[in-house]
Amino acid sequence: MRIGLFVTCLVDSIRPGIGFAAIELLEAAGCEVVVPEQQTCCGQPGYNSGDSKMARALALKFLAEFESFDYIVLPSGSCAGMIRVHYPELFKDDPEQLTRFIALGTRTFELTDFLHRIAKPEKMPGTFKGRLTYHDSCSGLRELDVYEQPRALLAGMPGVTLNEMVESTTCCGFGGTFSVKYGELSTRMADNKCRHIVDTHAGTIAGGDLGCLLNIEGRLRRNGDHATRVLHIAEILAGKDM
Amino acid sequence: MQNRSADFKRQVTIKLADTRLQQALSRLQSRFVEGRTAVISEIHDLQETRDAAAMIRDRALDNLDHWLLHFEAQATRRGAVVHWAETAEDVNRIVAGIAELHGVKTATKSKSMVSEECGLNEALEHAGVKVVETDLGEYILQQAHEAPSHIVAPVVHKNKEEISDLFEKIHQLPRKTGIAELCREAREILRPAFLSADMGISGANFLIAETGSALIVTNEGNGRLVTTLPRVHVAITGIEKVVPTLEDVATLLRLLPRSATGQSITNYVSLLTGTKGEGDPEGPEHFHIVLLDNGRSSLLGGPMQEMLRCIRCGACMNHCPVYQNIGGHAYGWVYPGPMGSILTPLLGGMENAPDLPNASTLCGACSVVCPVKIPLPDLLRNLREKQLVLGMKPRQETALLGIWAWLALHPRLYALATGFIVRFMKLLGGREGLLHKLPGASGWSDGRDFPAPQGRTFRELYRQRKHP
Repeated sequence: MRIGLFVTCLVDSIRPGIGFAAIELLEAAGCEVVVPEQQTCCGQPGYNSGDSKMARALALKFLAEFESFDYIVLPSGSCAGMIRVHYPELFKDDPEQLTRFIALGTRTFELTDFLHRIAKPEKMPGTFKGRLTYHDSCSGLRELDVYEQPRALLAGMPGVTLNEMVESTTCCGFGGTFSVKYGELSTRMADNKCRHIVDTHAGTIAGGDLGCLLNIEGRLRRNGDHATRVLHIAEILAGKDM
Repeated sequence: MQNRSADFKRQVTIKLADTRLQQALSRLQSRFVEGRTAVISEIHDLQETRDAAAMIRDRALDNLDHWLLHFEAQATRRGAVVHWAETAEDVNRIVAGIAELHGVKTATKSKSMVSEECGLNEALEHAGVKVVETDLGEYILQQAHEAPSHIVAPVVHKNKEEISDLFEKIHQLPRKTGIAELCREAREILRPAFLSADMGISGANFLIAETGSALIVTNEGNGRLVTTLPRVHVAITGIEKVVPTLEDVATLLRLLPRSATGQSITNYVSLLTGTKGEGDPEGPEHFHIVLLDNGRSSLLGGPMQEMLRCIRCGACMNHCPVYQNIGGHAYGWVYPGPMGSILTPLLGGMENAPDLPNASTLCGACSVVCPVKIPLPDLLRNLREKQLVLGMKPRQETALLGIWAWLALHPRLYALATGFIVRFMKLLGGREGLLHKLPGASGWSDGRDFPAPQGRTFRELYRQRKHP
């Protein structure tokens, strides 16, 4: 299987380690991983701010770079949702492109979804030991039905105990530009999330979307919590959690 | 009702700091979210039922003129009078006219959000008609001179103690503290009003074209008293509420109470058809149905038509993490939450509600529970697109996103820019690896640190690994 990995703009800039963790997981599952070097952003910030023209331009760029792969994998539910659900919507009035985007979308997967349903590796390289709690990011959950997948993968790691938090599927308040434009509201939502995380006494919070993780970590640290570890699920599965 | 949606941001600050409100809102989760979850599973073919409900609403909306005229013909045949109101003022004028025609001095009223849209109570008071709200929540708000903060549970922002205080002051009776006692007191006060009113005013959850009936779902029984005891009954609703057949309503009723209040069915479902006939023991002598447009028809045939499917269950706001944290008043008009964030700019003018389409993380919790499958996040996004076209977006935001998109389309420059930014930010993050201030993004950094980047981009590290 030839996989095109889109690392996402946030991982590229802020936590490149997540990208390497994803490569390791896919290779351990027997995939050939290619990272097209011209990749940048999927266009979601513009799209959610009402700029469809901008989003369409970036969608076409993405199509050109990734159309040739057997599968396209992303360590982010929200970017994968953009490609699978929203790219086709952007080209609904252009039948020729629409067909291509639908075909692209059906081959595009969020990382844990791909590992669990398609690649099905026998075991995870990671050796994480201890408790953790999992935050379900909105787009992965509601646009791609990613809920069981990360849990199933974690269940395959003997050292991991999953302490579910209350309202794990409630939004953390990130919402891209929302987190800056409505900072107070966003911070309150993050606060609620942090309270539920701390209440589990897990000590580690994992998730599948870096945007949410930055939001959660940012609020935990501002509240003086420097102990709770905030990790991407790929880092845990790949053993890059140190 | 006056539109104060432009004040949204300031209201958010106030509501977040209001501890009593926050406490009251915490009940949403247990009462409405868990309530819905408990009973919605009774519908074994839930997704198919939601699909059917959406289709029923679409069928009505796609030929709305036809079904409305059909409704008018059937209602008229059974003795009702149908009035068409283009604007809120038209509703007020028509209802005041009906009151004058029938010599009405007092009116009792059951819950109607469309009447809130029109500010009908004030208009009637102005015309010399005494109006008494009889839905318990609405009665409380009328006494407190407040607006509803939720379309189904109008008084959800208040706690029991506030209501005890209010009743003691207004009723001049010894203070009651138990819910049952408070209800009894309200009932005793309202009873004479029910019995003496000249006119009853209600809303209508649905209009049924094939029979010309108005249907209301209620829990307190006040709806029945309001619609059957007075000699005149006026039902006010939006033109979009029509559905073709009784069978259609049966499908919608499987979803409405379960989505709204977590009830399999409401205590009362009243099907109001025509006037009191010969030999009928009860019913109004005169039945007027006032149908309001107020901008709804302008949504037909366009990208926002799906919003008109709405059956006003309130599930979207109950499940909305924004609504859960600020309540309904912050939204500034009649309809709060996700549905209100769409309806308010559409019916009240985009320029009067600049924040509402943006004040959402697009988390999708609303669309998952919507019984008629309105794609609420898509409609919010569509409104953002309209704002951009209208030049309503802050210049700084469009400029930054424009630069970002331009860079994203030019990978080499993008690599240079991000390479520089991540180094700079790592430097600012210091040993702690945290940025405490983000210039130009204080919305983030007022409440949160920003975890500093690792210092090199993935693409640099990847290239290095490939070509060491």
